[in-house]
Amino acid sequence: MSSQANFTHAEAAEQFIADEPRTDWHDDTLWFVREKRDKAANSLPEWEQLRQWASDIKYHGLSNMHQLLVDFEKNAIANGIQVHWAVDGKEHNEIIYKIIQDNQVQRIVKSKSMLTEECHLNEFLTEKGVEIVDTDLGERIVQFRKEAPSHIVLPAIHLKKQDVSETFHKHLGTEKGNNDPQYLTEAARGHLRDKFIASELAITGVNFAIAETGGFVVCTNEGNADMGAHAAKIHIACMGFEKIIPKAEHLGVFLRLLARSATGQPITTYSSHFSKPRAGQQMHIVIVDNGRSRQLGRESFRNSLKCIRCAACFNTCPVYRRSGGHSYHTAVAGPIGSILNPNLDMQANKDLPFASTLCGSCSNVCPVKINIHEQLYLWRQEITKEGMAAKGKTFAMWGMSEVLAHPAIYRMAGKMGRWVVKHLPFLTNNGMNPWFKQREMPEAPKESFRDWYLNNKQK
Amino acid sequence: MSARETILAGIMANQPLSQDLPIIDVSAVIQYDSNLSQFKTVLESIGGKAIDISGWFELQNMVQDDLAAGKRVVNAIAEIASIDPALASLEATELATVQRAYLKGGIAVAENGSIWLDETAMVNRLLPFIAEHLVIVIEAKNIVATMHHAYQQVSSFDTGFGMFLAGPSKTADIEQSLVIGAHGARSLLVCIIP
Amino acid sequence: MKVGLFIPCYIDQFYPAVGVASLELLEKLGCEVSFPLNQTCCGQPMANSGFEAMSKGCDKNFVSNFKGFDYIVAPSGSCVLHIKEHLHDEDDPKAADEIRSRVYELTEFLVDILKVTSLQASFPFKVGLHTSCHGQRGLHLASMSELVAPAFSKPGILLKMVKGIEVTRPKRVDECCGFGGTFCVFEEAVSVKMGKDRIGEHQDNDVEYITGVDTSCLMHLEGILRRQGSKIKTIHIAEILNSQL
Repeated sequence: MSSQANFTHAEAAEQFIADEPRTDWHDDTLWFVREKRDKAANSLPEWEQLRQWASDIKYHGLSNMHQLLVDFEKNAIANGIQVHWAVDGKEHNEIIYKIIQDNQVQRIVKSKSMLTEECHLNEFLTEKGVEIVDTDLGERIVQFRKEAPSHIVLPAIHLKKQDVSETFHKHLGTEKGNNDPQYLTEAARGHLRDKFIASELAITGVNFAIAETGGFVVCTNEGNADMGAHAAKIHIACMGFEKIIPKAEHLGVFLRLLARSATGQPITTYSSHFSKPRAGQQMHIVIVDNGRSRQLGRESFRNSLKCIRCAACFNTCPVYRRSGGHSYHTAVAGPIGSILNPNLDMQANKDLPFASTLCGSCSNVCPVKINIHEQLYLWRQEITKEGMAAKGKTFAMWGMSEVLAHPAIYRMAGKMGRWVVKHLPFLTNNGMNPWFKQREMPEAPKESFRDWYLNNKQK
Repeated sequence: MSARETILAGIMANQPLSQDLPIIDVSAVIQYDSNLSQFKTVLESIGGKAIDISGWFELQNMVQDDLAAGKRVVNAIAEIASIDPALASLEATELATVQRAYLKGGIAVAENGSIWLDETAMVNRLLPFIAEHLVIVIEAKNIVATMHHAYQQVSSFDTGFGMFLAGPSKTADIEQSLVIGAHGARSLLVCIIP
Repeated sequence: MKVGLFIPCYIDQFYPAVGVASLELLEKLGCEVSFPLNQTCCGQPMANSGFEAMSKGCDKNFVSNFKGFDYIVAPSGSCVLHIKEHLHDEDDPKAADEIRSRVYELTEFLVDILKVTSLQASFPFKVGLHTSCHGQRGLHLASMSELVAPAFSKPGILLKMVKGIEVTRPKRVDECCGFGGTFCVFEEAVSVKMGKDRIGEHQDNDVEYITGVDTSCLMHLEGILRRQGSKIKTIHIAEILNSQL
């Protein structure tokens, strides 16, 4: 399920940057998180080895996915967990809706799950008249504002405390103009505590599902996933099938990497290992495909399924930091989103692989060593191969390739280009030329290097 | 075909040739001069507090002080007092007013300041999350260097629920300003028995 | 040692001085350098835009120009990386393979192949070093801030040999400048913002020049600097290493 946005990344980014002080703030805030990540990584001499182990474990998982899922299901059922399978987002939402109806529950809390965002669960349930309360602080803030999260780990990172204060004043009756994060968090704590205590059903995501035990791990800092899961009589955990890892001991590798990569913490406050429902509780797991098995078959792109959703690639991406998550018009933004979303809907997301300078920083911070920037390059090739590039761009590229393939034409074109820049600058120095909008054109020299070479070296 | 069959068939058709698991060489990872002092340093850095105690009686005194001050405390440590048999089945509404909970932790991890608690130690799964403040006692000899070492010693999925707990609940969702006490405990005191 | 000098198209047309400096520098260091006259471009502009299939003509032309050299050297990390990763020629795959293994970025060639330990160069100015991504993360010309690994910089090693120079680094030592090939026009707003932010950090260091191994990054930064009316100038590292000021 992916809806066509009515804007491109470049258009949304231009709007975002129009408020330059705010862009600077967004950039600095996320860079600060990147710096914390660097510090945490450097605290472990074995960091690069850990990344390699994690990458290799994940590849083993992808290459044995069928068996691992079968094992996981068997062990989970033996533990008393009910296992459901969903081919796509719609089936995922319907499974959850059916559990809600079967049990006739109304009070539902949900902790952070990017999968439920990907499947648009909230919209689906709202249409059915079911209210769902997001309990992660950042997600609650954006839910009040009827916005999507702009970052998979820091959902409200596009907002300033004044924005949050206004939102809470409106929805929670906090003091107008009180922007103190401590005060605002306390207000949310009180509000959400009531929701937890009253909740009948809790939905959580899954960070890791362990084939050998049939259990799963959920990581949070706030404790909201656990407050919901242990208070409610029904717990539904939703996972994309790629969350599977073979053994519990592999958690040692992943939990060392996850929080350090995400926020620079040595580990999240809570790393909760669920394997059996408590007495009298129902526990469900929904295993979702939604395009993942197709991505598994794309040799160039299957490694994207190694992702553990740490968002290190967001925080390091110089484009993300200066364009904001909403400019990516998808549930998962940032560099990883730009290689996952074309698989979900290539036409709707054909702009995303181009929202990068291919600087490569994303691949370097990735704790599971996904070659993100190389996949961005490869998606560009796929998108043009499918004929999805703009006609003008295709024509320009064709023209350029013809010129550059023929040395004589290239030399003539070069001479003409330099002549034009020198003598008819208005042809390039105008609003039609995006280079010129905020940059001067290079000054045209009187001769090319080749001309100089012929004149000076080959006499 | 059912969704399950469709998904599994798609995966079978598309998964690449099997690649072996890597060998995780635990001897190649970081070691600390003192796991105890590393644990304390990291715990303080993530908002927790560590104190050395000489025996269970100190905890008994803390509980007595709390009770004398009129606080609602819940004890889940058999060594300091008998555990309320009703605790395991208390609901959220009944636990909502717990001001301090006393729990006994298992393995603790020097590299990240976390402590393993399983369902046996929690007695009630909700207790360590819903209590306003937490006191956890650990034994110094149970502190290991890294998560690799920890997983060698804990049977992480045996009791139905377990967790690594690292410090008090926190959030930085508003402008990346760190606030301690999001939804879970507002403070964590770790008492270390030599 | 027969060196084929590869001067990327935009350097040939707009920055001939970079080509001249590269040539003179290599000759000073004892290389027998020739400039194949029918060279054009590495094909990167098409490939990075998703039109790799259209760069075949470019590839073929590149192979016919640079076949048979001991080394191919270019004053551009980005173009060299593209050749290294993507040069193919169905009619002469062996020649393409050889070129891919023999192509070097200029500073990499000086440090790793010529093993230069001293230079007769002087450049008495305060210079900010811009680390270009493709040279750094692609060709490993310098250590990367993301990785837990020892620090090094091949351009930095060479700049240390220049008399009178004072080299500074920006606060974010290896953040991208935002050029990104056609990114600079299709994502104009982000591209320029990234460039402005890089320049800001160099300004904080009171530099007189910004240098680097890629003229493309420098062209982008120069365009912004000139629009801002800044006194800071851009200069390719070859021009500094060849300088006698």
